[in-house]
Amino acid sequence: MALLELDRVDLIYQTETDETEAVRNLNLAVDEGEFIALVGPSGCGKTTVLSMIAGLISPTRGSVTVGGKPVTAGSGDVGYMLQRDNLFEWRTIESNVFLGLSVQKKLTKENREYALAMLDKYGLGEFRTHYPTQLSGGMRQRAALIRTLAFKPKLLLLDEPFSAVDFQTRMTVCDDVYSIIKNEKKTALLVTHDISEAVSMADRIVVLTGRPATVKKIFDVDIDAPTPLKKREHPSFSQWFDRIWKEVSL
Amino acid sequence: MTEKARSKLPCRMAKVKSPRQVYLAKRRNDKITTVLLQIGLLFVFIGVWELAATVGWIDPFITSCPSRIVKILGTIDVKDLFIHIGYTLGECAIGFVAASALGILIAVLLWRFKKLRRVMEPYIVVLNALPKIALGPIIIIWVGAGMQAIVVMTVLICLIVTVISVLNGLMAVDEGKILLLKSMGASRTQILTKLIFPANVPALVNMLKINVGLAWVGTIMGEYLVSTAGLGYLIIYGSQVFKMDLVMASTVILCLLATAMYLAVAAVERIVKRKYHGE
Ligand SMILES: Nc1ncnc2c1ncn2[C@@H]1O[C@H](COP(=O)(O)OP(=O)(O)OP(=O)(O)O)[C@@H](O)[C@H]1O
Ligand SMILES: [Mg+2]
Repeated sequence: MALLELDRVDLIYQTETDETEAVRNLNLAVDEGEFIALVGPSGCGKTTVLSMIAGLISPTRGSVTVGGKPVTAGSGDVGYMLQRDNLFEWRTIESNVFLGLSVQKKLTKENREYALAMLDKYGLGEFRTHYPTQLSGGMRQRAALIRTLAFKPKLLLLDEPFSAVDFQTRMTVCDDVYSIIKNEKKTALLVTHDISEAVSMADRIVVLTGRPATVKKIFDVDIDAPTPLKKREHPSFSQWFDRIWKEVSL
Repeated sequence: MTEKARSKLPCRMAKVKSPRQVYLAKRRNDKITTVLLQIGLLFVFIGVWELAATVGWIDPFITSCPSRIVKILGTIDVKDLFIHIGYTLGECAIGFVAASALGILIAVLLWRFKKLRRVMEPYIVVLNALPKIALGPIIIIWVGAGMQAIVVMTVLICLIVTVISVLNGLMAVDEGKILLLKSMGASRTQILTKLIFPANVPALVNMLKINVGLAWVGTIMGEYLVSTAGLGYLIIYGSQVFKMDLVMASTVILCLLATAMYLAVAAVERIVKRKYHGE
């Protein structure tokens, strides 16, 4: 059974002046351990899809289930990483990483140690007691990811997580995040504007239509290389890029 | 140590200063001259005032002068003076604390309940526009002409401004951070305690600083109206019997008290800010 299932999902936003149909008849199944990239034209409804999976808004029609159960915010099954790292400036890195655990009242010794071990493992151990402003953009992004992983979600949602990172560090942060997610054997759903980012990270790329969003085409990307950077250097990379790019801009 | 070496050593130490040391020395000198000038200005002001009065450029009966202020402070019964100071300080402090606490509470309620906020909006606008001093006579009739009327006056003057500025701060917290907490399953209370309050610590301290000033306005206004005790009463009384020395002396004391209270809040601000940023 798939870990995440969206079954004939519609979403219509209601506002004072009119209603916006953001998602129409969207079907998607994601298996455990997969890395999925969601690409589509700007404003087509990608963030809306993630918000539904995170349980922040409920679909107008259809169902969203994680592990067979309908999603609710705060079940702890889904970790949502937003565009900006949203680290709290007044908390140390360590206490930022504990945020989800403390919200969900799961701040046990065992969970603490798990989170701290991840900080150590991914090169932030010595910055535990530092404040976010004292860290570089890439380090902050890593801290934000560890904060999301700390409460052991089954599914990770990443909404353009690298768009706020400057171009120079973007590729390495991309590599770091990828290796952390693969290392921890997490299932991830990445939304991005950047097709090369999607091709270099995902096992599967889901191309959405313009608004209202629905699945246009799904690609199983099989570039045989261990990391995003290596995938970018692979001969078949540019062919994949062209195929996806054509599909998105058609 | 050889003669040569001895002559060389202190010379090197005196001459070779790192750019950092030069910078720090310059900074220190700047600070010292600024403070000296500030003190100097005060003395010049006092001196010119005294001189003008002695020479006869100004009439000390109307303008008073430093020596007469000192003299009258000597003649006032110290116990009496402290009772007046005590009244003013007490009224101001109670009003300040009550207005700040109540203002924060109301702002939180308005933040929490959107409906309440919508309903209350026009009332807040009107109350904010209203010159609170106009309510003075009503307050006196309702709560009686005493300390309580002055405290109410102080609270009224501080409260609306507090509510508006705190509410603005609470509403200004980054949407993304709220979304993050919601996605973790945070309740409204958790969003308040884990995000909204900590994010607003600097704004809250700032609000306290503004309130100190407003609380003094409220207290002195109240004492002008009620006129039973306190520095505001001394000022009004002094002006009515044309004792300008008493008016000036009370004003000087008021100046010192307000400054002291402001400095106390500024010290709190420094501590909070250091804690807040962990520097
Ligand atoms: N809260 C809301 N109320 C009303 N309409 C909304 C709301 N949020 C989004 N929309 C509309 O729904 C559509 C899809 O928005 P969404 O943010 O999901 O797009 P997106 O694909 O994430 O865009 P982008 O590529 O710019 O990030 C847009 O037309 C947007 O204007
Ligand atoms: Mg978006």
